[in-house]
Amino acid sequence: MEFFERFAVPHPSPAIYASMVAIGLTVIAIIAGLTYFKKWGYLWREWLTTVDHKRIGIMYMLSALLMLFRGGVDAIMMRAQLATPDSKLLDAQHYNEVFSTHGVVMIMFMAMPFIFAFMNYVVPLQIGARDVAFPRLNAISFWLFFMGAMLFNISFVVGGSPDAGWTSYFPLAGNDFSTSVGTNYYMIAIQISGIGSLMTGINMITTIMKMRAPGMTLMKMPMFTWSTLVANLIIVTVFPVITVALAMGTMDRLFGTHFFTTTNGGMDMLWANLFWVWGHPEVYILILPAFGIYSEIISTFSGRNLYGYKSMVASMVVISALSCVVWAHHFFTMGQGALSNSFFSITTMAIAVPTGVKIFNWLFTLWKGKIRFTVPMLYSLGFIPLFTIGGVTGVMLAMSAADYQYHNTMFLVAHFHNTIIPGVVYAMLAGLTYYWPKMFGFMLNERIGKWTFWLMSIGFVLAFFPMYITGLDGQARRMYTYSEATGFGPLNMLSFVGAGIMAIAFALIVYNVYYSVRYASRNIGSDPWDARTLEWATHTPVPEYNFAVEPQVHSSQPFWDAKKNKHVLFPNEIEKIHMPNNSGLPFIMCSIFFVWGFSFVFAIWPLLIIATLGIFACMAYRSFENDHGRYISAEEIHETEDKLRGAN
Amino acid sequence: MKIKSALFMFIITIATILTGCEPLMVLDPKGPQAERQARDIMLSIGIMSFIVIIVFAILIYVLIKYRASKQSPDYEPPHIEGNPWVEAICVGVPIIIVAYFSFVSVQSNYIVEATPQKYEDKEPLVIYASSSDWKWHFSYPEEDVETVNYLYIPTDRPVEFKLYSFGPITSFWIPQLGGQKYAMSDMVTTLHLAADEPGEMMGRNANFSGKGTAENIFNVTAMSQKDFDDWVEEVHETADPITEDEFDKLLEPGHLGQMTFTGTHLDFSPAPEHDHESTETTDSEESHEGHTEGMDMNGEHSEHK
Repeated sequence: MEFFERFAVPHPSPAIYASMVAIGLTVIAIIAGLTYFKKWGYLWREWLTTVDHKRIGIMYMLSALLMLFRGGVDAIMMRAQLATPDSKLLDAQHYNEVFSTHGVVMIMFMAMPFIFAFMNYVVPLQIGARDVAFPRLNAISFWLFFMGAMLFNISFVVGGSPDAGWTSYFPLAGNDFSTSVGTNYYMIAIQISGIGSLMTGINMITTIMKMRAPGMTLMKMPMFTWSTLVANLIIVTVFPVITVALAMGTMDRLFGTHFFTTTNGGMDMLWANLFWVWGHPEVYILILPAFGIYSEIISTFSGRNLYGYKSMVASMVVISALSCVVWAHHFFTMGQGALSNSFFSITTMAIAVPTGVKIFNWLFTLWKGKIRFTVPMLYSLGFIPLFTIGGVTGVMLAMSAADYQYHNTMFLVAHFHNTIIPGVVYAMLAGLTYYWPKMFGFMLNERIGKWTFWLMSIGFVLAFFPMYITGLDGQARRMYTYSEATGFGPLNMLSFVGAGIMAIAFALIVYNVYYSVRYASRNIGSDPWDARTLEWATHTPVPEYNFAVEPQVHSSQPFWDAKKNKHVLFPNEIEKIHMPNNSGLPFIMCSIFFVWGFSFVFAIWPLLIIATLGIFACMAYRSFENDHGRYISAEEIHETEDKLRGAN
Repeated sequence: MKIKSALFMFIITIATILTGCEPLMVLDPKGPQAERQARDIMLSIGIMSFIVIIVFAILIYVLIKYRASKQSPDYEPPHIEGNPWVEAICVGVPIIIVAYFSFVSVQSNYIVEATPQKYEDKEPLVIYASSSDWKWHFSYPEEDVETVNYLYIPTDRPVEFKLYSFGPITSFWIPQLGGQKYAMSDMVTTLHLAADEPGEMMGRNANFSGKGTAENIFNVTAMSQKDFDDWVEEVHETADPITEDEFDKLLEPGHLGQMTFTGTHLDFSPAPEHDHESTETTDSEESHEGHTEGMDMNGEHSEHK
């Protein structure tokens, strides 16, 4: 019995028991459904073992949406708790768990997989490739992310959630002050999915550097591909830092080392530094691909080429470099003194310059264009003003002396949500709507989509702009309650109303998917938006080999020039195509990783050793496996092409 | 739609009225450091609003002028690569603004990290502010007084806070006197503040440090030097001395009300001012017993290796 006690939740509440039941019922329903409809084989063959970048992209997207709703529920709980002064809805411990998991889930398990979804789905199509450079590694990346996410999510029903904030500062996150296994979950789950991210970084860089269609020089790459390249260069630069920091944190918690303790020569500030050496570039890993998506969408719906292509590329490269030398602005108040604060203050403000260039380039892309107000375009146009506000408040925060007053307040919370929501989340929703027809062969309903956008934007403004004011009025972040005398009540209520409106908007997205599945036309052709880049030059649905004939590229918008300027995209004859085989190994190995992580969290050493051996066995198997892929014959391709042409 | 926009306007109006009632705490400074910070904040809000307005104006203009529904169906947008002059302006103007902000920022950094300029000629009052889960202990070594969860300071005189923590990282913040700074358990950081006028203020730990953070608040009262001296005298007459046992009890996690003692815990539990990295001492008078080796965080940080 003693063995099982450790799995109990340290601070149970009816809500947690209800979630346990809900999770149990959902799992039973899924298993029963798969069995009843005899879909186990389909699931295994088509999804769990797939190495196809398009399917992996879709799985990333579905996981991200799922996590968006989990993180969103956390957010609603927080806003509900703070809506009134001295509220008793959540106690301090629950509130701390909720904001900690909200941060981790939204950044690591929502935003990251969402951008990976688009990188996976779009980049190989945009550069005219058949798949990514290492398809099986890609599957491992996804399953590592997925298992990391699941491991993190079971924390609130098994053993307790992390409660030291998403930044998990030591010594608070150390054994002395965080006694539950929550922080172990944090360390291990992020570690597992972080390894996946690092692999994706290597994979994407190799894909973009080695597998572009003939004629596509670096300066003819579409902007989203450029942003993916730059973002993945940042990933391989900074993810090793968090890997090492998490390993050190894990050792502090489980093996009694003293890296971040305050005794025996440990240094708590070291964690803050290492965390933000990764953490700040991380936000640019998220925002750069978002910028890429906006560039594609704004150009498409303005009916114009992207203004200032070269300066767009240059600004991304500059941003990526600067992003690695600004980390200390997250703790100007740590006491490092005027000199180093001045340095980090200036580097931080410098980022505003390349970002400003991008904003103006988008505005000039609209100039002399022919602007169509579709749903993806609405998100992009909403992004420009809202992100500008988030950006300028960033410059305000960068003034380190003034930051002593903003730090740890709701002003900061307002700022980073003001950049991440219009910046990243809008881009993801815009990209979702934009690429949906390519992924699934029908469009999402425009009318519901526009309602979603307006509700989302109104909700966003109501939810987050009041925080700028309460922050300046002295409301600190991460406080589970405040007294009525502070006067924060009405504005927090307004935030809650805004959060509620955003929740309705997110629910509308689900409804839109349902509605469009039932009623949308399937007869939309392969280029429903009149787009400009290669991903729209192939059929919808995209055949597994992407392009029957390798495209020839002459400009940065090859498909547009093929449509308007009679460039020949596919000059060659159809030949046999080499494709990778599916493999169950990534899924099996990553499932073992899940067990490995779980046994690490609870320090069950025998199981950990078995799981470790299992992981190595999988790798050894792969090393001796003789799998050279397969060929799709020319006849088969002809057949598929004829069928797809008929379908359109 | 009409109801929605009417409701929206209504809410905005209410928000404006509510916030208009009294000045926001950070923008209502009671000391020179907070004043400098409030000035920087207002300056940056001003210039940044200008940028936001420009972006909004261009956006609205292009959206109205170039929307598809307004154009002839056979209008073909031109292919424009970019214009070096336009791009030079887009780079140049932000660079000028950022350069100006950098100048202000660096200047302010040195101002808030030093004894308030206004009171430079006066001897600073040194107060050790240490946090434990979830309280603040204020030690006045020269006055030989210690308080819990409340702070009395004299006006018109620099106050030098020496911050450290008995637990997780906390952040010492009195919004109306100036910005915050971290208190950590393995070193002492210094925060320079001063109060211009007598009055009561809110102070708090702004950095998340576990369950009790929200209630980790203290009261600050600024008073004239004479009142302050009277208070010190009164404490010496009425309060009990602090003992090691008593102090250990105070350190246990939980919340306490306001308490007053004579003597300071620094005598038996000195601040972590060990110079394991810095050889630099503060230039202020560090005459109080046993704390001459000030580990001043304002100095260079490069020895942390």
